[in-house]
Amino acid sequence: MILRRLLSRVATTLVTLFGVAVIVFAVIRIVPGDPVAMMLPPGATEADIARLQAFYGLDKSIPEQFFIWLGGVVQGDFGTSITTRQPVLGLVLSRLPATLELSVMALVIAVALGGLVALTGTRLRYTRTEGALDVANGMALSVPDFLWGLVLILLFGVLWPVFTISGRVSPQLVPEFATSFFLFESVVRLRFDLWLDLVQHMLMPALALAIPLAAIIGQLLKQSLKETMHLDYVTLARTKGYSENQVILREALRNAVLPTLTLIGVQFTFLIGGTVIIERLFSYEGLGNMAIDAVINRDLPLIQGIVLLFALLFTLVNLAVDLLYAVLNPRLRHA
Amino acid sequence: MSFLKIRDLSVILRGTNHRLLRGVSLDVGATEVMGLVGESGAGKSMIGKAVLGILPRSAKIVSGSIELEGVDLLTLPPRQRRHMIGQKAALIPQDPLTALNPARRIGPQISDRLVDILGWVRARARARAEEILHDVHIPQPERVLRSYPHELSGGMRQRVLIASAFAAEPRLIVADEPTTALDVTVQKQILKLIFEMQARHGTALLFVTHDLGVVSKICQRLTVLYGGLVMEEAEVGAFFDTPTHPYSRALLAATPRHTDPTADLTPVPEAVIAEARRAVAEADQRWHA
Repeated sequence: MILRRLLSRVATTLVTLFGVAVIVFAVIRIVPGDPVAMMLPPGATEADIARLQAFYGLDKSIPEQFFIWLGGVVQGDFGTSITTRQPVLGLVLSRLPATLELSVMALVIAVALGGLVALTGTRLRYTRTEGALDVANGMALSVPDFLWGLVLILLFGVLWPVFTISGRVSPQLVPEFATSFFLFESVVRLRFDLWLDLVQHMLMPALALAIPLAAIIGQLLKQSLKETMHLDYVTLARTKGYSENQVILREALRNAVLPTLTLIGVQFTFLIGGTVIIERLFSYEGLGNMAIDAVINRDLPLIQGIVLLFALLFTLVNLAVDLLYAVLNPRLRHA
Repeated sequence: MSFLKIRDLSVILRGTNHRLLRGVSLDVGATEVMGLVGESGAGKSMIGKAVLGILPRSAKIVSGSIELEGVDLLTLPPRQRRHMIGQKAALIPQDPLTALNPARRIGPQISDRLVDILGWVRARARARAEEILHDVHIPQPERVLRSYPHELSGGMRQRVLIASAFAAEPRLIVADEPTTALDVTVQKQILKLIFEMQARHGTALLFVTHDLGVVSKICQRLTVLYGGLVMEEAEVGAFFDTPTHPYSRALLAATPRHTDPTADLTPVPEAVIAEARRAVAEADQRWHA
């Protein structure tokens, strides 16, 4: 049963990825901007241009190009980056960990902050504190992540420079690790000096990404917590002698989390999309920053690789949320 | 001596002068079954909620006392009040479908009070939960302990809730229309079970209902409410033979009898309602003065 659900899920994912591939492939070839023209010095001859186009296969029709590319992808060959002349897969995989670490850190911050806001707001509901929290929440929500990035740069990079606001790691500390998951591997290897340096670099961009998401989580979770607090089983728990705090944490929270969880899944994919601008803003060497460079340079194979990877990431996040939902909601487990 | 002693309890709608309970006084003996009857909105559930400390936010106690074993709950600090209620009293709720937490297994929902409030060790609480499920005639209790609420029928869930109420051997149980949400076929069994458990454990029982037929069968005394005011308080035998208050008489005449189900029912006459309203108005006048 579970196997069949999983298989159908994999099938949907493949169809989605195929669709994404088609769209990206077509769009970046239809919009103006020729990578070959950008590579050659001014004054190159027609013959030079034609030769280079033939080298990258750009002289064929778009459908033809697509199936050649797709044939490579199926075998794990995503093509060669036009600007760096390195395999796309290797480039993308070398940057992916940086972006994943940033996104996950942002998610953790958002859940912690949002959860705290929701629990405090529920505990102090119908008081002025709740009203103040709502106002702060609304503000955090209506300012987009890149503006939060600028605010944070201004506050903690310029006015009171306690955080490093550029790059991923200090140049003198760049490690020779087996993976690019520096944050994770530095803990495993007990390199806490490096870990601290990484966190110091990541905290500001992660916070910029996390603030709007935290506000959404805080708002929705508080709302569903407050609704849950009126339900009969919560009232029954009160008659058993439990305090307000215990009632919220033991009885209400687990049920109130469910609607929020679905939302976190959707919002987390937006957050990953948001890394593109935030990484640029903080000169963070991740996938997003690479994507912007790739677009500017019309590095078609690289753009395709990055977008496909992002699409894969989104579907994986959604799958993870669905699984978590089934774990937390006993009513779904046997369905 | 009475176990529950309510004196002159008044509850208002928060932010207004409107009283929902108008100086209610009530006694329930240590092993007594007291029926609390009245039309909807008469305040019968409100009394039970006030005793258990679960009044809605919109209601506020403004005067009176609620004593459990001679200790006034309303003067206790919140923490002690909570613990006292958790140890000495329990609720059998109205709707078994919503009164169990859908995300938690049955076992912990029965044993959590024993562990957290009464300080039992986990193993003993678990054994007690299994024993009490057996007492309410649930087959395969060890399987039910591991189940989630959605895996049980409505009648089973109400049995679980009854078990949960009696698990900690409380001295007082408030049953708030415990059969209203159930199928007619299950209602009888559940009623029988509640009184079987009450008799076995010797618990005081405050039985909130609008069904005088049920009261006549199981309660020793009853209190009739109208508009948050006590109309009459009587022994059940005497009440059904010769109700003294005109409102009680009218209420009795409006109750169907299963001995004669085709007999005409008399709605409560206008004159009687007018008189009851007058009593309510007089009580309010005295209170505001």
